[in-house]
Amino acid sequence: MTVGSAVLSILVFPGFLFLVAFGLAGEFVDRKLYARLQNRQGPPWYQPLADFLKLLGKENVIPEDADRPTFRLAPVFALAAAVAAILYIPLWSATSVLPFEGDLIVVLYLLIIPTVAFFLGGWTSRSVFATIGAFRAITQVFAYEIPLFVALLAPALLANTWSISGIAAYYGAHPWLWLVNLLGFGVALVSLLGKLERVPFDTPEAETEIVAGSFTEYSGRRLAFFRLAIDCEAIVGASLVAAVFLPFGLGLSPALGILVYLAKVLFVLGILALLRTLFARLRIDQMVHFCWSVVAPIAFLQILINLVVRELI
Amino acid sequence: MPDKKRTVRVPIGPQHPALKEPESFMVDLQGEKISSVALRLGYNHRGIEKGCEERTYMQDLFLLERVCGICSHSHATAFIQAVEEIAGLEIPRRAKYIRMLIAELERIHSHLLWLGVAGHEIGFDTLLMYSWRDRELVMDLFAELTGNRVNYAMNTLGGVRRDIAPEQFPHIQKIVDALEERTKYYIELAMTEETLAQRLSGVGYLSKEDAIRLGAVGPTSRASGADRDTRRDDPYAAYDELDFKVITDDHCDVFGRTVVRLGELMQTYSMIRQILKQMPEGPIAVKAPLKIPAGEAVSRYEAPRGEDVHYVRANGTDKPERVKVRAPTLANTQSVAKMLEDGYLADLPIVVAAIDPCFSCTDRTIAVRGDRDSKTMGWEELVQYGVRWYRDRGVDPSRIKVRGDESA
Repeated sequence: MTVGSAVLSILVFPGFLFLVAFGLAGEFVDRKLYARLQNRQGPPWYQPLADFLKLLGKENVIPEDADRPTFRLAPVFALAAAVAAILYIPLWSATSVLPFEGDLIVVLYLLIIPTVAFFLGGWTSRSVFATIGAFRAITQVFAYEIPLFVALLAPALLANTWSISGIAAYYGAHPWLWLVNLLGFGVALVSLLGKLERVPFDTPEAETEIVAGSFTEYSGRRLAFFRLAIDCEAIVGASLVAAVFLPFGLGLSPALGILVYLAKVLFVLGILALLRTLFARLRIDQMVHFCWSVVAPIAFLQILINLVVRELI
Repeated sequence: MPDKKRTVRVPIGPQHPALKEPESFMVDLQGEKISSVALRLGYNHRGIEKGCEERTYMQDLFLLERVCGICSHSHATAFIQAVEEIAGLEIPRRAKYIRMLIAELERIHSHLLWLGVAGHEIGFDTLLMYSWRDRELVMDLFAELTGNRVNYAMNTLGGVRRDIAPEQFPHIQKIVDALEERTKYYIELAMTEETLAQRLSGVGYLSKEDAIRLGAVGPTSRASGADRDTRRDDPYAAYDELDFKVITDDHCDVFGRTVVRLGELMQTYSMIRQILKQMPEGPIAVKAPLKIPAGEAVSRYEAPRGEDVHYVRANGTDKPERVKVRAPTLANTQSVAKMLEDGYLADLPIVVAAIDPCFSCTDRTIAVRGDRDSKTMGWEELVQYGVRWYRDRGVDPSRIKVRGDESA
């Protein structure tokens, strides 16, 4: 890969610009679907972009007691990590931009960074609401992150590779094996709800309890970039789940392949929107309990299933 | 003893997204658990009781209707019943039935509103959107029957201001039928939805003894098994002619309060059908005097949130000498502190919301005798204070000309 094409793929496609555009579009789909499911009209298509631009023009306030460098850098880190992760995920073909053996671990690592940035941003802003939100965010990480790891580890075991591209290629070659991973798919979706801090796992930013959680003290363009980071994280998370658990249409021509990819991601986003329509917010203790007593065992069951299937094949 | 160093003080209010009105809950937290709550009223005192003394009875009726945007008919009726008792007015039966009809429709819109707010407080916005959409039906019905969606202004001294035409009955019936269907759906939802049950069951526990001891009223007390309802215990209007059950529950928690309110909705639908069926013919108001003879009366009224008490003292003029409003929330606030004991921060919004609080209705100022921090000011003193306040900031009030004020 030449330097020119590398810069292009990092900054334009499938990197920064594409991800931002898709992220904003994804937010629109989520909000519109959520609204329609609740019998509301919902926003127009440009609303996420309008919100973003409006926030960019708003005043930036940094609390006096806040640790200024951390407070400033947290949104940038969150966004950068999400954008970096997309480079290792195969989108419309069986290879990503920069595939290597072990990129699954790197992507999972990069996807924790936004949550850590939320924690640091909330923790350093020194407001009680932000501090409580930050602690809830970091408590939640331990509840959903391990089931997510295990759920993604299971398909990797069966494919016998640590590379997402390798996993996609393996399931592309054995399309019916995706049915084996259905439990893991469910676990990954539930974990994604936690990662994106959506109902029923939105305790870290529970509006009626702690105002906006970690983001309480954020305003202006820093808040805009935090929100953009969450949008991008949603797309990256959905892409990751789609690449591992929905291995369809990988051998198609690029144009058709991109359409199939968009459809897969929108399908995952649709399920996430549906789930957040259906439930009430769980308390943090109930959330942790649910993740450890229900979600994690299912994830381990998936590992067992895949080990057995691997022996059989 | 809670460890002082490890507690975090969280100010829920006076400005907070969970609260629809300014109110302060200073919460001391140990982790996610509440160790103590300090409640403070008084951010929204409007001086309505004092204002009533300056106005005629008819003007007071409109002022008191604005005590609360939700139970506006409740306050207006509670007041007017007291005045009618002092004046010795016997209002026509048809007027009583129309008052009851509006009261029960108000209960529907209040309980549906509460259901939505409760959903929002536990992060279940879908429930909020659904129940408020359904509430629009009854709001539109109000607009049709009274001319207003809120503050219906149906009462007048000696009866009601507007008649309800027989042609409107089928439409009321239709809306009640539609709402009954929806309420059945919500009851099923409350009974079966897992996250809803997890967030409501066992939260905000208030035992029957505590409910009675702390003077809880309305659905809050009935959900703790205290069987009290002014409509049955001390019937006003024509409630003694209606057949209805008082819904109680022994869950003693937020779930119980939900069940009671939903059950009351079902009772209310049946009551509205009875009202429409039994509505007598006749005039809707009797002629009332402008000046009310000296005397005093207490009027009790079962508002959607609980028992509303008004006290009126008349002195023979066209203005009352004293009006006292005891809104249901004032009776219920005492129990909130009890319910929050050993609770979670996450449950605070729903526990507070579960009494269906209306803080500005309940707000009053309190002066404690002998307390150094508590200070009262008379009218003259207040004027002087205002003059001084502006003068200190470079404004000279003596040069401001007030129109119609010759002494200035």
